[in-house]
Amino acid sequence: MSDTLAHVAETTPKAHRPEQQHPGRGRRIGGLIGRILLVLVFGLPLLFLLVSSLKPDTQIFGDLTSVRAFVPVGDISLNNYTAVFNRVPFWRFLMNSIVIAALTVVLGLIVNSMAAFALARLKFRGRKVLLAVIIATLIVPFETLALPLLWWVNKLPYYDGSIGWLDTYEVQIIPFIANAFSIYLFYQYFDSIPKELDEAAIVDGAGWFTIYRKIVMPLSGPAIATVAILTFLPAWNSYLWPLMVVQTEELRPVQVGMDYFKQLNTSWGQLMAYASLITIPILALFIAFQRSFINSIASSGVKG
Amino acid sequence: MTQTSTLEPPVPESALGHRQRRSGRTHGRTAAWLVAPAVVLVVLFILIPIALTFALAFTNAKLISPQPASFIGIDNFTRLFQDPVFWKSLRNTILFAVFVVPLQAGFALVLAMLINVKVRGVNFFRTVYFLPVVTSIVVVSMLWQFMYQPDGLINSFLRTISGGAVQGTDWLGNPTTALGAILLMSIWQGVGFHMVIWLSGLQTIPGDLYEASSLDGASNWQNFRYVTWPSLRQTRTFILVTITISAFSLFAQIQVMTQGGPLDSTSTVVFQAVRAGFAQQQTGYASAISLVFFVLVLAVSLVQRYLTRDKDVQK
Repeated sequence: MSDTLAHVAETTPKAHRPEQQHPGRGRRIGGLIGRILLVLVFGLPLLFLLVSSLKPDTQIFGDLTSVRAFVPVGDISLNNYTAVFNRVPFWRFLMNSIVIAALTVVLGLIVNSMAAFALARLKFRGRKVLLAVIIATLIVPFETLALPLLWWVNKLPYYDGSIGWLDTYEVQIIPFIANAFSIYLFYQYFDSIPKELDEAAIVDGAGWFTIYRKIVMPLSGPAIATVAILTFLPAWNSYLWPLMVVQTEELRPVQVGMDYFKQLNTSWGQLMAYASLITIPILALFIAFQRSFINSIASSGVKG
Repeated sequence: MTQTSTLEPPVPESALGHRQRRSGRTHGRTAAWLVAPAVVLVVLFILIPIALTFALAFTNAKLISPQPASFIGIDNFTRLFQDPVFWKSLRNTILFAVFVVPLQAGFALVLAMLINVKVRGVNFFRTVYFLPVVTSIVVVSMLWQFMYQPDGLINSFLRTISGGAVQGTDWLGNPTTALGAILLMSIWQGVGFHMVIWLSGLQTIPGDLYEASSLDGASNWQNFRYVTWPSLRQTRTFILVTITISAFSLFAQIQVMTQGGPLDSTSTVVFQAVRAGFAQQQTGYASAISLVFFVLVLAVSLVQRYLTRDKDVQK
């Protein structure tokens, strides 16, 4: 458990697996059955979501009593999807979410890694205090400060001279760029990279910014992936904040768009189609970059 | 710094001292540039809002109001502590945490141990258990809201496997089952996350510990009790703290599924704060609720820190 982030993030789970004793045959089969039942528990609701998005409402309810609920049979069509595109500006919502999540991730990577670099590798006054403040804010959940923050951003001057940031892209991005947890993860990782590299670079005449950009960052792939993923997921999934700060339809992200389908008469098929549309990209990303996702979560827990 | 100077030829004491002071100053300036963006943003969007939680809780601040907020002492807290919905929300929040923390942590550990074996295809299982974690809570809440309907998937399933004996209920519409239904769904969504963290903890336990205990004739339970469990102390602390804090923060599920109902049986502290501070625009009152929430989180993490520090000393 004293492993550094670097260590865990770089080793594949398999390499680390301890030699287990050979369990008896009964236990092996029991374990397999358990694992398969759990696949049903976790997989079937999501399968149900995807399959139902292809069916008309009457059939969704009609199929509930049998295994047909999980199989795309009967009156299968993309009608629900067509209806979704007619009912809400889906592509606009999608683009908003992509822009917001991408900017939060990219700017977050730059800002937090720079701060962590200084904290881990430079000596300066106030370093310890700054680190202590960062660590102290780790335990503060966003929900505690969401409402005072809402009041506060409404009082901040906007760049065009008006007051208040409500109903902008900025208010959905800028408050989430600096992140104590990201700084901490980068700090731990940078701290584990040998400091001799800096010294050698200084002898060669490199400045600190060059060391940051040309030496430390290129060596920090796993930490960058971890922070990117741990920033991206909440940014994509954010709901409470955009619900409060955005009134204009053109600025809404995908999660808030879901509310459209619950306001008027609920069409479950359309709701399932919309939910599928905003879930499939994430599931695809996850399956494509599985190892990075899992390692990110794993390394986030190395140090409490 | 001292390491840097050892690489260089010996220099007189005074010159060395001078050089260190000078390069120390250069560091300071570089560091200032590097940390400035993060510091400005942390101050603006974390530290000031935290300070505002404390300050606004004692004012009548409104979200949108031409008049500036004025100090009203502890009025918000008096009103809050007389509000039965607040006590109900606090009770629901704590009840939720009390159940969700051991259940989710325990279930996650079981999952982690089930997939911490050398079997082909184990990655597949891990992937499927993790799928709900990457699915947004808004989607998951909508999906389960449908499944929990009186004529939904869960009741159909119960009727089918019991041959009609079990009729189920309107899980979210029944005050006695609503919070439990949300709890079950929350565990389903979040457990994969903590499974992965347990798993990374399990994989750092050296294999020879198990070999040694097997030589001593330890049973599976003894292996778990005396090797696995003590080795997971740090992982355990992390998992307990993170589940507790996210349990206290329960909001999205409530907003999507029940709006606090029926009969406030699923209202939580954060849900109440959002209703006061956003829907009713009473920022001052919402800050008072947030402050109570903040104290709750702080108390839990201090207790956790105290408990783990104690054990560190013993060790």
